[in-house]
Amino acid sequence: MTPHSSATEPLELPRTTITSSPHIAGRENVTSIMLWVVAALAPTALWAVYNMGWVAVLLLVSCIVSTLATEYIWNRVAHRAQTLWDGSALVTGLLLAMSLPPRTPWWMAAVGGIVAIALAKMIFGGLGWNLFNPALVGRAIITISWAGVMSEQVIPGGWFRGIDVLGTESLDAISGATRLALAASDRLVDGAYGFDMQAQYSPFLFRNLEGSLGEVSAALLVAGGLFLIFKGIIDWRVPASYIGTVALLSWALGSDPLFNVLAGGVLLGAFFMATDYVTSPMTATGRIIFGCGCGLINVVGRLFGPLPEATTWAILFMNGLVPLIDRFTIPRTFGWGKRRA
Amino acid sequence: MLKAGFRGGIHPSGHKQATSGVAITRGPVPASLIVPMSQHLGAPCLPVVEKGDHVVRGQVIGTVEAFVSAPIHAPMSGVIAAIRPQVLVSGQRVSAVEITCDEDPDLDVFVRCELADSTAGAARSAGIVGMGGAAFPASVKLTPPHDMPVHTVILNGCECEPYLTCDHRVMLETPLEVIDGARLIRDAVGASRVVVGVEDNKPDAVAALRAATADDVEILSLRTSYPQGAEKQLIFAVLGAEVSHGKLPASTGALVHNVGTAVALARAVRERRPLIERVVTVTGRVVRPGNYLTVIGTSIGELISFAGGFSGEVGRVISGGPMTGMGVSDLSAPVVKGTSGIVVLGPGEVAPAVHGDQPCIRCGRCSDACPMMLQPFVLGIYANKRMWDQTQDHHALDCIECGCCSYVCPTSRPLVQLIRLAKHAQLERGE
Repeated sequence: MTPHSSATEPLELPRTTITSSPHIAGRENVTSIMLWVVAALAPTALWAVYNMGWVAVLLLVSCIVSTLATEYIWNRVAHRAQTLWDGSALVTGLLLAMSLPPRTPWWMAAVGGIVAIALAKMIFGGLGWNLFNPALVGRAIITISWAGVMSEQVIPGGWFRGIDVLGTESLDAISGATRLALAASDRLVDGAYGFDMQAQYSPFLFRNLEGSLGEVSAALLVAGGLFLIFKGIIDWRVPASYIGTVALLSWALGSDPLFNVLAGGVLLGAFFMATDYVTSPMTATGRIIFGCGCGLINVVGRLFGPLPEATTWAILFMNGLVPLIDRFTIPRTFGWGKRRA
Repeated sequence: MLKAGFRGGIHPSGHKQATSGVAITRGPVPASLIVPMSQHLGAPCLPVVEKGDHVVRGQVIGTVEAFVSAPIHAPMSGVIAAIRPQVLVSGQRVSAVEITCDEDPDLDVFVRCELADSTAGAARSAGIVGMGGAAFPASVKLTPPHDMPVHTVILNGCECEPYLTCDHRVMLETPLEVIDGARLIRDAVGASRVVVGVEDNKPDAVAALRAATADDVEILSLRTSYPQGAEKQLIFAVLGAEVSHGKLPASTGALVHNVGTAVALARAVRERRPLIERVVTVTGRVVRPGNYLTVIGTSIGELISFAGGFSGEVGRVISGGPMTGMGVSDLSAPVVKGTSGIVVLGPGEVAPAVHGDQPCIRCGRCSDACPMMLQPFVLGIYANKRMWDQTQDHHALDCIECGCCSYVCPTSRPLVQLIRLAKHAQLERGE
């Protein structure tokens, strides 16, 4: 015989909200994802600041302030919900700064930041609706408008006047052609200048002061990219197919594969620009096609085009193809045979 | 070697440690019960008792002639206090029998079910339904159509829902009955092979089952991934076969039953015991989380009180698991045959309720997670615009509503909810 459970007061259900299932959600949200990207870029940015000095700080500040301010003002004027805190404008500003040479005037960078947010993102409806990578659009506008700044080699001085990073005595900076431009000139004369590509590995990997902020150290950039892959923030397929294509194709065309991967914006582009969720494909196959396309255009542009660098244009061009790629790579639904009906 | 599994899926925190080590114990012994006449998919039963009648534990109190149905038995002895409508957790309003239980009930005795000449018949007379949550009448699944021979019986011991541990404890504590049920089902449908699929986060259950079986029942350890316990994903993991669109799972030659159903079936055949109680995991923000053998018809509130009541601020009470279960709005709603768990979440543990249209940032997490290889972001956009032709083209009807897409969405878009809307709209216009 079992007695009844002690008849207590019926339990009260507190006021709760009820929705249909699922009742739990994963940890990541837009802000957390954006902050992971910032964290992955931070070591490279700090290394750039340490080596390039106050000009790098100025550039970072002007890019980030201009993107954040544009996003804030646009939302206010358009009476949209404030999206400043989702962190996406912060990432755009940071990426734009990383893609610019350190001596880019601050106002020029700010124009890039305003264009990136206003014309490449908000006008399409904000985060999620833009076709082209905002940071790259910002960079492209600067490149087109002030061409000389972007390809010129400008090596800035150190933090303190007293410390001379390059043994160039009291110079603030040296001006000249970048290593990529030198490689291009060398190619034009069939290697008569004797430009040694392999001698550039070490500076590219650890300390390179002549490219953009993001080119200061390929090693740090790759470490940040791998961190994002292992955190599950970005898909390995895009950087792997992008970098793989650059290496293979430049090798096939008789150029040094590692030099071509390390030089210019390939690594920054492959890990941080081409992996932008909004402007890259959503399907696994599509991401590989997209990465290969970026690599192909990048190498062809670099070796046969008019400019020494083509990363920006390669990714922007492939951005435009994303809707098509997505459309033609829809995976086969479970249970629908070998081909989609 | 890579363990068998399926493509896609998610890995939510299990939250099973609070109850996975807690042995099954007798739950509350209520003074009154509310026994719905529809606790299964298919035709609702009609009460065969009247107000004022005295019923005995195990006696049939509701039945119907229809093929797809399962009779209802009195879970405890007592007097019929009323026959009245009751709203279930699902929101369905069904006829229910209210029983005022006798003083000093003896829960060790029950009226045996009608003698049956087959396993399917025993399942029918014991009122056995799928105990994993879907509550499909077991007798129907044990009578496969002649043109669809079953070669493999798969017992589902995955229990991939977070928090729930009732199947885990059943496998651990009554492995012989799981194996017995497995063999009964195999012989009933004339299958040659029988496999028990268990996620590899329950190695003790795998060991217990292996110790309880000869070589004729395979115990397969599967990759832990939600929704491994979904029927199509389980068949894929075990057989490598996809259930074709629009076809019954049986078309692959596989028949899936939950481990709890197998135990209930073994008891129905060996002891002629009707399905009048079941193991319910009560966990989350309750004082004494556990796996309680609960009489059908016990109110959810009484069960939570038995577990010591709420242990903190309550965000939501869920009947079933947090991925596919239902939010409870009234604690007087009864536990039914398909109730696998009562999970109490704190306010911070509940997925944010989303108002307004959140943007899709095209991160692709939903497509990566979808075990049906659908593109939930596309379906969500079309469903939001009420474009049913497009949702049909993108195979909305193949959605199994596991909720992975909504779980992973970083902007909390209500994806599976929008797909449900599309499915209903498409079915309503007659597809």
